Amino acid sequence: MTRAPRLTVMVLAALAAASCSQRPKVVVYTAAEADQIPAYAASFKAAHPDIDLVWVRDSTGVVTAKLMAERKAPKADVVFALAATSMIALDQQGLLQPFAPDGAGRLASRFKDGADPPHWTGEALWSVAVCVNTDEARKRGLPIPQSWEDLTKPVYRGMVSMPDPASSGTGLLAVGAWLQMFGEAKGWDFMDRLDKNIASYVHSGSKPCKDAARGEIPIGISIDYRAAEAKTQGLPIAVVEPKEGVGWDLEATALVKGAHDEKAGRTFVNWAMSPDAMRLYAKNLGMVADPSVHARPPGLPANFADHLAPIDLKWTALNRDRIIDRWSRSYGSKSKNES
Amino acid sequence: MRVLRWGENLPALAFLAAMTVFLVAPLLSLFAQAVVSPAGGLTGAVLLRFASAPGLKAAVRNTALLGVGVAAIVLPLAFATAYALERTRLPYRRVLAAVAGAPLLVPSLLPALALVYLFGRQGLLTPVFSGRTAYGWPGLLAADAFAAFPHALILLRTALSAADGRLYEQAALLGAGPWRTFWRITLPGARHGLVSAGVVVFSLTIADVGAPKVIGGGLNVVALEVYKAVLGRQDFPLGAAGALMLLAPSLLAVAIERLAARRQAALVSSGSTAYRPKPQRARDLGLGLLCGLVGFVIVGLLGVCQWAALVRLWPYDLGFTLQSYDFDRFDGGGWSAAIDSLLLGLGTAAFGVLAAFLGAYVAERTRAATPLRSAVAVLALAPASTPGLALGLAYILYFNDPSNPLHVLYGGFAILVAATVTHYYTVAHLTFVSAVKALDHEFEAAGRALGKSRLVVMARVIAPLSAPALVEVSVYLFVAATTTVSAVVFLYPPDVKLAAVAVLNMDDAGDSAPAAAMGTLILYMNLVARLVGLAARSRLARLAPS
Amino acid sequence: MTPPALQVRGLTKRFGTTVVVDAVDLQIPPGRFTCLIGPSGCGKTTLLRMLAGLESASGGQVEIDGDDVTGRSPAQRGVGMVFQSYALFPHMSVEKNIAFGLRRGTSAAARRARVDALLETVGLPGFAKRSPRELSGGQQQRVAIARALATDPKILLLDEPLSALDPLIREQLRDELRALQRRLAVTTVMVTHDQAEALAVADDLAVMRSGRIEQIGSPEDIYNRPETAFIASFVGAANLIPADVCGLGAVRLWGRVETPAPSASFTVGESVTFAIRPEAVRLVSADDARIKAVVATRSFAGAMVRLELAPEHAPESRLMADIPAFGGAPEAGAVVGLEFPSVRVRVFPRSAGELA
Repeated sequence: MTRAPRLTVMVLAALAAASCSQRPKVVVYTAAEADQIPAYAASFKAAHPDIDLVWVRDSTGVVTAKLMAERKAPKADVVFALAATSMIALDQQGLLQPFAPDGAGRLASRFKDGADPPHWTGEALWSVAVCVNTDEARKRGLPIPQSWEDLTKPVYRGMVSMPDPASSGTGLLAVGAWLQMFGEAKGWDFMDRLDKNIASYVHSGSKPCKDAARGEIPIGISIDYRAAEAKTQGLPIAVVEPKEGVGWDLEATALVKGAHDEKAGRTFVNWAMSPDAMRLYAKNLGMVADPSVHARPPGLPANFADHLAPIDLKWTALNRDRIIDRWSRSYGSKSKNES
Repeated sequence: MRVLRWGENLPALAFLAAMTVFLVAPLLSLFAQAVVSPAGGLTGAVLLRFASAPGLKAAVRNTALLGVGVAAIVLPLAFATAYALERTRLPYRRVLAAVAGAPLLVPSLLPALALVYLFGRQGLLTPVFSGRTAYGWPGLLAADAFAAFPHALILLRTALSAADGRLYEQAALLGAGPWRTFWRITLPGARHGLVSAGVVVFSLTIADVGAPKVIGGGLNVVALEVYKAVLGRQDFPLGAAGALMLLAPSLLAVAIERLAARRQAALVSSGSTAYRPKPQRARDLGLGLLCGLVGFVIVGLLGVCQWAALVRLWPYDLGFTLQSYDFDRFDGGGWSAAIDSLLLGLGTAAFGVLAAFLGAYVAERTRAATPLRSAVAVLALAPASTPGLALGLAYILYFNDPSNPLHVLYGGFAILVAATVTHYYTVAHLTFVSAVKALDHEFEAAGRALGKSRLVVMARVIAPLSAPALVEVSVYLFVAATTTVSAVVFLYPPDVKLAAVAVLNMDDAGDSAPAAAMGTLILYMNLVARLVGLAARSRLARLAPS
Repeated sequence: MTPPALQVRGLTKRFGTTVVVDAVDLQIPPGRFTCLIGPSGCGKTTLLRMLAGLESASGGQVEIDGDDVTGRSPAQRGVGMVFQSYALFPHMSVEKNIAFGLRRGTSAAARRARVDALLETVGLPGFAKRSPRELSGGQQQRVAIARALATDPKILLLDEPLSALDPLIREQLRDELRALQRRLAVTTVMVTHDQAEALAVADDLAVMRSGRIEQIGSPEDIYNRPETAFIASFVGAANLIPADVCGLGAVRLWGRVETPAPSASFTVGESVTFAIRPEAVRLVSADDARIKAVVATRSFAGAMVRLELAPEHAPESRLMADIPAFGGAPEAGAVVGLEFPSVRVRVFPRSAGELA
């Protein structure tokens, strides 16, 4: 009769011990492309086998909305590879924990938010690019456009697709870049003319290029690495970096304020800025924060950096509402039908 | 001396309490975002901002037209199909039933995707229509009709299955021809079913985001405005305002349904005889052709999805490949998503059946005070008019608050189940209502006279007599849970991946083929569920004394 | 003296402002078969349901065997009830239906024995395994009765149990019902709108109107000595003629022609209603008769011939007379003399709006 109580005590003690020695766990909310995540996970696991890694992957909009909605009791420890324009919005709401990752000093200034300690740090850069389906272009007798201005030519009427800035970060940064490159007045005028050629505004940044790759639309304004990917897959895609320059955004990482395991979170952020991680980014994106790591993803033109327009991300983020309002008023209400 | 009937009112109050916790309170907290200013006072500023958004008028007009248009397409087709299934002896009825329910088995994106493959720029059938694509109204109507069809069918089948053979024999004796019989007996008997089906179809359609995204062309609808506000601009107050706007017409539809419900009498009592359908050449031929067409379209669209999932690169390389099924390469958590979706399905079915049966019982078979019963009926219909996106957002805001005692639900499976059961509550409830309404109203009194409590009568009489509806609702909820997206996209905890969400994400990213592939996986899983349900139903039919 | 099996005092039911049952008093001795009859809307079904405990009372009391059961549930009262639609559970066998009210503790063998005994009692031996859907209306009714009797109720309540049946069966089942009740000696209250049925089965008849019981008595009492003109015309048929009292034992019909009548309790000159049943009207030779009439229509009803007569003194009125068919009844158009034997006449105070 004395065995049962002793057994119970032992079991309870074991359970207690198990719960005390819980492995550190880091919950990462990310908008990174799904096919890139396994490589990131493997690299982190190799460096830190003792930390459990849990990914929540979703589109930029959903991740940002989720973080904002959960603000009272955050579930995430780290936000990883989220567009800087969204990161700035999170920062404005006070959701980020300032933290300077190891070796932040060696990162290029373009990738930093300017605060000390930084609220977020960018690790890689991507830009807007134009995908042209060469098959379709040939069939319809369309010349390959070389500049943004080209795209407003009447020959491309109904041939172009681009993301809707009200629902896609890519769309927003493209519009923001045009406004900064051409100045507001000329920028809106450009968009007025471009709008005539737009077949439809889609709700994702990757979609225009994927549609172009399928021949669903001849020309798509989309994300650069999608364009490069299509090209390397052997699809009839030409990647065009318009002469005037292209808008760009950063993939950024930050600690979430009020996270459960801040220590594990910091470890992750440090990993995200490590040379190993940088090398991984370099495989997919046109530029990484560590200047010593050269990014040369196949498919992107060699002089990638030259095309980047001199834009201020913060300006786009701060003027987001105004830009979207004006844009929606001008182009959002038109019902477009395919020709 | 008035006697307060607490006994009769208590179940209704309990139902209202549950609905408050799981629907009203979260929605109120969301809508508070739309009407409460940061300073704390009431303000119309947000609503005004939404209402004055450019293109809103067009979006509202499109939404209304879409809702009505889809209802106009779906109701006659669903009625004809339900009639064929319940009131004729057409051969292959089982096959037709299975096929007609198929659209429920896939996320609502999938038909839109298939339509793009068929009628998009590179569509297979586009040349047939001289190059005009389905983007815009044609595709939108078709995709939404496809998705809404089974919802209407389930309601109309239940309404038409309660038939008193004596009425028809009477009609025949009085010399009423088939048309008159149909017009004067069949149709009025199914009136409540038609109205509920119309309400559900309308509400589902105006809240849908998937089809407008994929095949809407540039057509703007209010649901898209909400989506853009929440996910594009993270402007929750604005999104909440839009959700309010979607709720209003549905509430109106609910009011209409209530009026129709008041006039429905009990169709079946223990004195009525079963209706034995007789073959009628002309009618059966016409119905057979129509149902055949409907079935062909449904199978066709799903077949196109399967084909697209097996094709290397549409339209350039139509070679066979299984690469699209290598889900780990793409978004969404790969194969474990299927398991998690299965678990969600089972949980939702179990809890949902219980909740809906109890709710329908409270609504139809207790004698609670009239204002309570009206409240129950209205709240039961509310979920159908609540956009999934709004519900998910409301849940995260309401349950993720540490000061909320129900906070413990958040972050686990429980909240997913709660959200899904709430989201799909309406059709489940209405199905049980139809079944339960048709039962002799003296059963409870007879039970009481024999010394058995209401609970005993409910368990031993009402529930067994509702068994066919029970099976139907379980399968419906299981399938709904595996295909739902909009409500859960905010709520799924980090260690749970859902298949339907994966489809959405993959399509968003432009990976149409893997999206179609995952969609077919969901389809097969749900087909198995359906088959299990059919087996259960036929077993029930054999067990019941003839 | 044994207390009445069922005693009702001042029982009232109000729905909002409408009074459906108005301070009803009722006493039913044990073992009697009482019928509640009345026009639709008179409150008889509501009253029955209040006796059952299915409707709560707005006022008054119900006592069963001396016990105040007001406010108790049906099972606690010891009543059994048969509903108009029978409410048999279609998915259960006859056996399961009947056994439904039996207590949980009873063994399976005891249940089966009880069910079989009840089936014997209602005349359906061997029907235990059948399904209600297979049974005819009459058989369903008997199962419903068996089910109600299974709990050994002190009072059996029947809500129009025969109305759903076709007339041929109805008469047969009516007699069986009566025989069953006599055999079991269970106090029974039945609601019906069919007064012929009530006359045939009841020990006591309670006629209700507008929520009140107008008269209780044996069928003969009610039929031969109705206390109001309404009862006279509701139970059986009656000729109602406006008259003035013109002396002890005589009234003037239509104010025009005298005829003997038991008018002792009325004052001379008072307006009254003169009532006589069709079968009590005597036809005499027209020559000596004081009251003459022309036969307006003649309908053959098997055993009787019903004549519609237009009286000489009030040609627009119609009187009804039932004459035995055998022995010849006058043809239409014939002039006949009428006699109203005073012993068959009832005189009521005239109230407004009573005469059609």
